[in-house]
Amino acid sequence: MSKKALLEVNNLKQYFPIKGGLFGGTVNHVKAVDDISFVVYEGETVSVVGESGCGKSTTGRAILRLDDPTSGDILFDGENLLGLNKAKMRKKRKDLQIIFQDPYASLNPRQTVRQILEEALEIQNVVSRKERRQKVEDLLQTVGIGAHQMDRYPHEFSGGQRQRIGIARALSVDPKLVICDEAVSALDVSIQAQVLNLLKELQQKFQLTYLFISHDLGVVRHISDRIIVMYLGKIVEIGDKDSLFENPQHPYTRALLSAIPSINVGEKKKERIILKGDVPSPIDPPAGCRFHTRCPYAMDRCAVEEPKLHSLSEVEHKAACHLLEDGPYDYS
Amino acid sequence: MTISNQENILEVRNLCTSFFTDEGEVKAVDGVDFSIEKGKTIGIVGESGSGKSITSLSIMRLVQEPAGKVVDGEIVFKGENLLTKTKKEMRDIRGNKISMIFQEPMTSLNPTLTCGEQIAESLRIHQKLNRKEARVKAIEMLKLVGIPSPEKRVKQYPFELSGGMRQRVMIAIALACNPELLIADEPTTALDVTIQAQILELIKKLQEELGTSLMIITHDLGVVAEMCDRVAVMYCGKVVEYADVKTIFTDPKHPYTIGLLNSVPRHDLKVEGELSVIKGSVPSPFELPSGCRFVTRCPHAREICHRELPALETKEDGNQVRCWIHTDQWEKQAEAVSTHE
Repeated sequence: MSKKALLEVNNLKQYFPIKGGLFGGTVNHVKAVDDISFVVYEGETVSVVGESGCGKSTTGRAILRLDDPTSGDILFDGENLLGLNKAKMRKKRKDLQIIFQDPYASLNPRQTVRQILEEALEIQNVVSRKERRQKVEDLLQTVGIGAHQMDRYPHEFSGGQRQRIGIARALSVDPKLVICDEAVSALDVSIQAQVLNLLKELQQKFQLTYLFISHDLGVVRHISDRIIVMYLGKIVEIGDKDSLFENPQHPYTRALLSAIPSINVGEKKKERIILKGDVPSPIDPPAGCRFHTRCPYAMDRCAVEEPKLHSLSEVEHKAACHLLEDGPYDYS
Repeated sequence: MTISNQENILEVRNLCTSFFTDEGEVKAVDGVDFSIEKGKTIGIVGESGSGKSITSLSIMRLVQEPAGKVVDGEIVFKGENLLTKTKKEMRDIRGNKISMIFQEPMTSLNPTLTCGEQIAESLRIHQKLNRKEARVKAIEMLKLVGIPSPEKRVKQYPFELSGGMRQRVMIAIALACNPELLIADEPTTALDVTIQAQILELIKKLQEELGTSLMIITHDLGVVAEMCDRVAVMYCGKVVEYADVKTIFTDPKHPYTIGLLNSVPRHDLKVEGELSVIKGSVPSPFELPSGCRFVTRCPHAREICHRELPALETKEDGNQVRCWIHTDQWEKQAEAVSTHE
C-alpha cells in the first residue's frame, strides 16, 4: 500500500512575542512550538497529545494559519500554505477545516443552524443557491440532527448536539483534512462515545484525514492510527498507535501513560511513575532536553545537549531521548 | 428517628434538593441515601446534571436560597442532623469539621489575599490561633502538601502559582483544621494527568496520615477506581447503583453503570471497532420520564419501567441497585410479554 502524504510539516516554529519594557518593545518570546516536523498521510488519523502548554493546539492553528507561524514549511497536497496570500488561503480553507472544543463559543448565537451552515456554503461556493437548503438538510442528517431542527438557535441544543453542528459546519465544504482540537473533551462520556463513533463513521464515508488534538489518551488510543507526543513545544515521541501504547520509549510518554487512572480494579496495577514538579515555562525552556528537569533518568549530558529523534523500529516509531541512541532502552 | 451507625461519620437519608425556577420545580437531588464510614472514601459519579455536585453543596448547606432549597431528608454528621443547625453552628462546622475542595482553584481562592493569609484565616477563626501561630502553622501546611520553599510561597498570591500548586494550596486550606470529613468536588478535573497523579497521591497519603473520611465527586471513572472504597452512581437526581468499588467495575448491575463503563475509551486496552454507546441524551429536568429515569435510554426497558419507578433494593452483599431487572417483578414481566404474544 503506497501512502500519499497529505500534510507535511517541516521545522515549524511558532514564537509569540512578549511585549514589555518602557517602549512596549518585544522583550522575549513564548516558544510555543519549536522546530517540529511530521507527516500526515491521506486517510489516516494522527493525534497530537500532551499536557497544557505543550504546543498541540498552536500546531493545529498554525497549520490553518489562524496564527501565522514564525518559520517553517507547511505543505498541503504539495503546496506550501505559508506562501499563499490571505485571499488564496481563505479559498484553501475549503480543504482544511477545524472543529473546536467548545461548540457553544464557536457557533454564532444569533444565527440559526441553517444560517450557520448556509454561510459556510456560500463563502466557499460549494453548491448553487438552489441546492443549499437540500445540502443543509443532508448535512444535518449525516451528523444525526433532524431537519426539523434547522431553524433553531445553538442555545436550544445540548452540548453533544452542538458539537454535531460544529462537525456539520466543518464538513459542509467537503474538506480533505479536519483538525479536531479537543473536539470531544467537553462532553460527558456517554455523549463523547457517540461523537467519537460519528467521527469514525464520517471518516470512512467521506475519506477524511484527521489531525486529532487531545489530552485524553483513552480517546486518542481509540481514534488514531499514529500518535505524536509533545512536551514544551517539541515532539518527544512519534509512532504507530499500538507500538506507542504497548511499548512507550520516551521517559515522558511512559510517565504520561502511567499517570492515567485506570478503571481496571481487579488486575494488579503497574507501578506508577509520578513526575516531580511542574512543566517549566515555555518562555525560558530548559536547555538541552526540555524534559530533563523532571526526568527520572536524566544524565549530565541531557542538560546541555538536545536529543534528536531516534528511530526505534520499522513502524516509524521514533523518540527524542539520549537513552535511546542505540535503539530501545531496557526499562525493566 | 432511626438509630445511626457509630462507624459512619456521615449518613445522608432521603436527601431532596430542589430549585424553583420560572418554568417550575427542578428536583436536582431526589431522595438520595448513602453513608460514609469513618476513614473511608466514597465516590459519587455521574454525568452533568445528575445532581452529584448539588448533593455535596446540600451537605455543606451551601445551596443558595431562595432559588434552591433542601426540601426533605436528613444529613447526619456524627449523630447530629446538619439540616437543623443554625447558620452560626454551620459556620463552626464548615472548614473546621467538614471541608471542601473545589474544581477550579483559581475561582475558589481569593485573588486579593496571599496563600498564607488564606490558610491562616480558618486557623484563626476555628482554632483561635494568633497571627504568629497561624503563620507558622500555614507554612507547616504548605510543607505538608508538598510545596517547595513554603516560606516564600506563603507570601505569594494565587496568580503567581501554577494550577497544580493552587490545588495544593486549596488542599492545605481544607486540611488546616484537620477536618473529619473532606468533600472533594472534581478535585483534579482541571489538571493535567501528570499533575493529577501527584494530587491524587497527595490526597491518599494525607488521608492515611490524618484519618480523614473522604467524599469524591467526579465524572472520571478512573479516579473513582483509584481512590474509592464505595461508589454511588447517580442519574437524574437519583442513586441508581451503590456498591463497593470492585463490584461497580467488575460486576456492575444497573444498565446505566454498564453503559457508562463501556463508553469509556480505554488507554490501557487494545480495542478495535466502535465504542459501545448509551443512546440518546440525559432528559431535561422539566421532562423527566415517568417510571424509571433511565427508561428513555435503556436497552432493556419493558412496560413496567415506563410505568413505575423501581426502588433502590439492597442485595445480600449489601450493595444496592435501582432497576426492575434485579427484582422478582422482571420475570413476571417477561411472562406477561410472552403471553401477550
